[in-house]
Amino acid sequence: MVERRVMEGSHAVAHAVRLCAPDVVSAYPITPQTHIVEKISQFVADGDLKSEYMRVESEFSAMSASVGSSAAGARTFTATASQGLMLMSEVLYNASGLRLPIVMSVANRAMGAPINIWNDHSDSMGVRDAGWIQLYAEDNQEALDMTIQAYKIAENQDVMLPAMVCMDGFILTHTYEPVSIPKKEEVQEFLPEFDPEVKLDPQNPVTLGTVGFPSDYMEIRHEQYQAMENARDIMPDIFKEFEEKFGRKQHSLIEEYKTEDAEIIIVSLGSIMGTIKEAVDELREDGKQVGAIKIKAFRPFPDQELRDALQNTKAVAVLDKNITLGKKGALYTEMKDTLYQAETQPQMTNYIIGLGGRDIPRQSIKNIVKQTKENLNSPQTREVRFVDLKEEK
Amino acid sequence: MVDFAGKAEPGTTKKYKTGTWRTYKPILDKEACIGCEKCWEYCPDSCKIETEYDGDIIFDTDLDYCKGCGICAEECPVEAIEMELDEK
Repeated sequence: MVERRVMEGSHAVAHAVRLCAPDVVSAYPITPQTHIVEKISQFVADGDLKSEYMRVESEFSAMSASVGSSAAGARTFTATASQGLMLMSEVLYNASGLRLPIVMSVANRAMGAPINIWNDHSDSMGVRDAGWIQLYAEDNQEALDMTIQAYKIAENQDVMLPAMVCMDGFILTHTYEPVSIPKKEEVQEFLPEFDPEVKLDPQNPVTLGTVGFPSDYMEIRHEQYQAMENARDIMPDIFKEFEEKFGRKQHSLIEEYKTEDAEIIIVSLGSIMGTIKEAVDELREDGKQVGAIKIKAFRPFPDQELRDALQNTKAVAVLDKNITLGKKGALYTEMKDTLYQAETQPQMTNYIIGLGGRDIPRQSIKNIVKQTKENLNSPQTREVRFVDLKEEK
Repeated sequence: MVDFAGKAEPGTTKKYKTGTWRTYKPILDKEACIGCEKCWEYCPDSCKIETEYDGDIIFDTDLDYCKGCGICAEECPVEAIEMELDEK
């Protein structure tokens, strides 16, 4: 009998961490992530989790301590959001370059200024080149599941890269939903002990973090590139194994929703997918050929899966909860790169949505679909559209 | 091929000859050197080696590590050191 309880997303992640039993949790609180590490500290205090819980004085320290503990061969967890992630950013590159499979929850929150504690993806998208695997959860169950999967992917011998599990701040972290909690033994079977080939060990001294001279740096970078490619290859198998073990349907790097015969497909990631699916259901009832695709993994990016899924559609609406100033939405530019290699290119429009926690009701999604359909029948006037701007009502 | 993520075994620095960074190298006129030790004192990378030449003590350069900074040539009181382009 699976244990099923109602809890907030933060606590679902904390339970996943308890089950993965990291040796070290290095934590610094920041809204809207705080409840994750708070709950973990309670598990440690109550004896439900035997981790070394390090209280550090900043996010920079949290990530630096994570690098140290992971380099010593300890399974490591940390969590952050927004400005905290930016304070870590220098160390993020080191964690990846040193090939340390740290797992971190990111409770996605907008970047200031203006200061804002609510949800969008500008924080994790801002560090998309740091060499971390990035997964985006749709709901609390997926946030829990992805945390366990992230360790399995990150610690794979052919990958050895750190992983971020991104979940929308407040929308998931503070919202209560029913969550199935796997059994400890099952997670132990799924996730073997962490025993890296290379680690800091006084019995067998090595240097990690050496200087990479021009004569060697490029080869080391290339190995890192290859590791991320390997991650893309092994992830479908890991999702499949998870599905078999825990009995919950797992999609691959993307999830297709009613894309069969869809003329218009909405592509996005994170919790907005729930709203999008509801909007698709309603539009389908009205006889509209609309579908949706959820991007589960943003790094590595699921190029081929997307090309296959979008080969017969006329138009794609990409919904970005971020904006690259001076360009377009981050997901949109990635999608265009992917589809440049496709046999046929659908028409594409980029919709910037929900920045700084702006609510996105179903009607807004329907308006997006309507706009995308209009674009098909007339020359596209604007490729990037900010949705629900006050002056555009 | 470098090790995983640039890992290094202990003591590997010994194998690393930093002299390759050089652009200029010092050429010593052994006849002119008076063995005064000034270059040995001033060398920022401890590259001056005490050696014997024709029965006298002189100071020559360890080219495995010399960066070619030219301080020795600048400081030599008898101008026994000349810097020349180190063609590789």
